[in-house]
Amino acid sequence: MAGAAPAPVIVRVQRDDFDAAAETARLVAGRAAAGAIVSFTGLCRDEGGRLSALELEHYPGMAEAEIERICRTAVTRFSLLGIAAIHRIGRIAPGENIVLVIAAAPHRRAAFDGASFVMDYLKTAAPFWKKEHFADGSEGGWVAAKDSDDTALAKWS
Amino acid sequence: MTRLVYFAWVRERIGKGEEDIDLPADVTTGAALLSYLKTLGDGYAHALEHESVIRIAINHEHVEHDEPIAGAREIALFPPMTGG
Repeated sequence: MAGAAPAPVIVRVQRDDFDAAAETARLVAGRAAAGAIVSFTGLCRDEGGRLSALELEHYPGMAEAEIERICRTAVTRFSLLGIAAIHRIGRIAPGENIVLVIAAAPHRRAAFDGASFVMDYLKTAAPFWKKEHFADGSEGGWVAAKDSDDTALAKWS
Repeated sequence: MTRLVYFAWVRERIGKGEEDIDLPADVTTGAALLSYLKTLGDGYAHALEHESVIRIAINHEHVEHDEPIAGAREIALFPPMTGG
């Protein structure tokens, strides 16, 4: 489309919480071609009351760069009109937000696929690590990577 | 000098998050770097015990273990990622 602004790619790593509704409104403002928005929010579980907090560590610089690479790939592959990915770091309590991905597209399938693609790759390729802190005050271990996260990538290849 | 950075349990076991190091001339790939670092002490040996698990990034991009490291500004070693 001649004259169409390039699809916005918004990537942030931050300690503070995010507002999914406000981020969605910002992403699609002025983009009347968007007929579909898919928004995914990942939260910290309490693991049956066992967990008091997750501590999120990241690789500053690479984390942002890797998420942006993933988002730009998704924009091209699914012809998205916009994508936002916001990941929190630091200490996060059960019930609090960890990650937000919003994909905007003309139709629903591309928006669903775009958000799902970004989450699948973010989990396995963006340099973040979770450490558990338990409700009894003890420090848990580092969360182990799941094979199911790797197999989730297979559907995109 | 090459800047090395470590994260998560690799950082904890080595006991530091970053260091600048003079690498021997025969340390030319990511795999050779892991083998060399393991000779530097118990912490390194513990952190890098299972070499195939360790992920390597050069200048903020993921690489395979056989990637040449010549000219790297920053090499990162870390466990499989668990974000999201």
